Amino acid sequence: MSDLTHEEVEALISEVLEVYPEKAKKDRAKHLSVNDQEIEQSKKCIVSNKKSLPGVMTQRGCAYAGSKGVVWGPIKDMAHISHGPVGCGQYSRAGRRNYYVGTTGVNAFGTMNFTSDFQEKDIVFGGDKKLEKLIDEIETLFPLNKGISVQSECPIGLIGDDIEAVSKAKQKEHGKTVVPVRCEGFRGVSQSLGHHIANDALRDWVIGARDDDQSFAAGDYDVAIIGDYNIGGDAWSSRILLEEMGLRVVAQWSGDGTLTEMELTQKVKLNLVHCYRSMNYVSRHMEEKYGIPWMEYNFFGPTKTIESLREIASHFDDSIKAKCEEVIAKYSPEWQAVIDKYKPRLEGKKVMLYVGGLRPRHVIGAYEDLGMQVVGTGYEFGHADDYDRTIKEVDNATLLYDDVTGYEFEEFVKRVKPDLIGSGVKEKYIFQKMGIPFRQMHSWDYSGPYHGFDGFAIFAKDMDMTLNNPCWDKLQAPWLKVPQQESKAA
Amino acid sequence: MAMRQCAIYGKGGIGKSTTTQNLVAALAEAGKKVMIVGCDPKADSTRLILHAKAQNTIMEMAAEAGTVEDLELEDVLKTGFGDVRCVESGGPEPGVGCAGRGVITAINFLEEEGAYEEDIDFVFYDVLGDVVCGGFAMPIRENKAQEIYIVVSGEMMAMYAANNISKGIVKYANSGGVRLAGLICNSRNTDREDELIVALAERLGTQMIHFIPRDNVVQRAEIRRMTVIEYDPNARQADEYRALAQKIIANQKFVVPTPASMDELEELLMQFGILEEEDESIIGKTAAELGA
Repeated sequence: MSDLTHEEVEALISEVLEVYPEKAKKDRAKHLSVNDQEIEQSKKCIVSNKKSLPGVMTQRGCAYAGSKGVVWGPIKDMAHISHGPVGCGQYSRAGRRNYYVGTTGVNAFGTMNFTSDFQEKDIVFGGDKKLEKLIDEIETLFPLNKGISVQSECPIGLIGDDIEAVSKAKQKEHGKTVVPVRCEGFRGVSQSLGHHIANDALRDWVIGARDDDQSFAAGDYDVAIIGDYNIGGDAWSSRILLEEMGLRVVAQWSGDGTLTEMELTQKVKLNLVHCYRSMNYVSRHMEEKYGIPWMEYNFFGPTKTIESLREIASHFDDSIKAKCEEVIAKYSPEWQAVIDKYKPRLEGKKVMLYVGGLRPRHVIGAYEDLGMQVVGTGYEFGHADDYDRTIKEVDNATLLYDDVTGYEFEEFVKRVKPDLIGSGVKEKYIFQKMGIPFRQMHSWDYSGPYHGFDGFAIFAKDMDMTLNNPCWDKLQAPWLKVPQQESKAA
Repeated sequence: MAMRQCAIYGKGGIGKSTTTQNLVAALAEAGKKVMIVGCDPKADSTRLILHAKAQNTIMEMAAEAGTVEDLELEDVLKTGFGDVRCVESGGPEPGVGCAGRGVITAINFLEEEGAYEEDIDFVFYDVLGDVVCGGFAMPIRENKAQEIYIVVSGEMMAMYAANNISKGIVKYANSGGVRLAGLICNSRNTDREDELIVALAERLGTQMIHFIPRDNVVQRAEIRRMTVIEYDPNARQADEYRALAQKIIANQKFVVPTPASMDELEELLMQFGILEEEDESIIGKTAAELGA
């Protein structure tokens, strides 16, 4: 629980809102709340997935970011064309640290940027012919690609290019999957709509591809990992646990994933959903069309990991349940040693989070395993169903902030005084300069993996080395420090 | 004399390009240095001056060269009858790409390349039918055309279009210097056409600057890809265009238009018997209902 009471947090919110003009205040007030576990539906306390206010600093992305950057980009054996001007593809290239196995440029293309590099003439005369040529060139230069996706940038939707017709024609010509994705950046209020659009494209162009193909020998213990982007190797440290308990991981969506895996997913017995926000749509589709059940799990920190492993096993027979217990027993000494080592150094420290997807709620357990407490959390692009799931995960009186503005976040931090902040690269240096230890929780600050028991060891070490770094004492010049200490002593 | 930039708007098919080229030919004949900028993907704004089917357009040549930055002014600027300088913005075939962006790109190119800097007296922008998007409003933005002439006839739809275009001018008149300079009536031989257009002009706060009668010599000249001024300088119709040219040279009546509401416009049309009095009792009734 936070040091602040429910009333104090409420007062803090109104104080921070005070500087806004009336209209902005009214709008932002709906996005800020104090957690109350008694509330059943989050929509009663917090509003989300609404257009950001102009003039505030939001950290949201766009639909293209959600589709190309998150969902499609990590599928490693496909070439993902950023269709439009060069910037969208170039500045999102390899930015999310989706690790993969393969030889880049030969049979894997994850960190490469394919773009149609739109010029004036392509806007005026349309880009369909250029797209055709680009697809042909990819076929010639990278013949081992398994397919191509066309990720629409804004102009494609404005000038009315018919990328569906081009995709169909090229799919027929080359005999490979070509997927048009209408993820123009101006659609929706954040990257969230891009996830949905990307899921729909997967549904329409990929999922049903092997409906009539029975050559894959499906097994009773087949599962798919959905919504793990293998950031810093997360999916790998998750997969080994599932395999050790006797399950066969047929597909990884989409970190280190392949087109074939995606197509075969409809043959599995259970879909395991990590990032609910970005992949719930396609999971629901597979449930409706193929009757595949899906469940959410959480592999951050041993408590949640063990809970999730047992729940996953409960969908299978006793042999799996037994092996699940063996796996838990096998790793117990390992994570216990991590806790023994780091908990004394981190116990009682307060954390504020502001991230996307699943992390504002999923990583809380990992901090708690280390004796830390999350005193504030919020989603960049969450929906009501995310906050529904968050209410039970965080303590009463925890500060909740949706699509938090730069100003609000800074003010909250000044008042709540957390010992550690977990957020993105754009927040990082602001808070570091304010003298507050900071970890990037999108990219794991170039570290990771954080999933599973192996990941927890790295997570604990990272938090410790950041929080207990001796540099934080050195931020004030010695000659400024002395009188302060004297005054304290006096 | 400072360069005057004029844009010609009007309903599609009303005869904007033909009127513009005949007018420009008359101005050239009167010793003025004139340039035509065609702002229509069809690129038919300069054919009568150049005797060509369609001149190479800026966008077409930019696409060939790679980018518009690779083009030189000489590549796109052609000189025709009476030393009239001609350029066409060009654009995509119907149904693809963005023609509006083509107009923006072409006009920016002309400005950057200094096409307007030499001692030109008049620039005429010949713009496609309606101001459908920002691109086709480009010629009337700040520092471009200051005078708008609307080609109109006594037909109902042509007058609706003239009124709509006036609304567009009001928007840009508030932020820049663009003004409505007059209506050019390109006659379709409808009843009391001249009176009607004078009345419409009055309602919009402007003038009918000239009434151009219908004459088949215009079509005879067009078949030969010529203006009347060049094809048959002695024709009476040539004098009409000369009269229009002189009126435009002398024109000083530049106004922010006062567009009419739909009701007002219909009332005007009813006065002249173009529109029947509306019978509101029949609205939304099917044939069966009316028969009953």
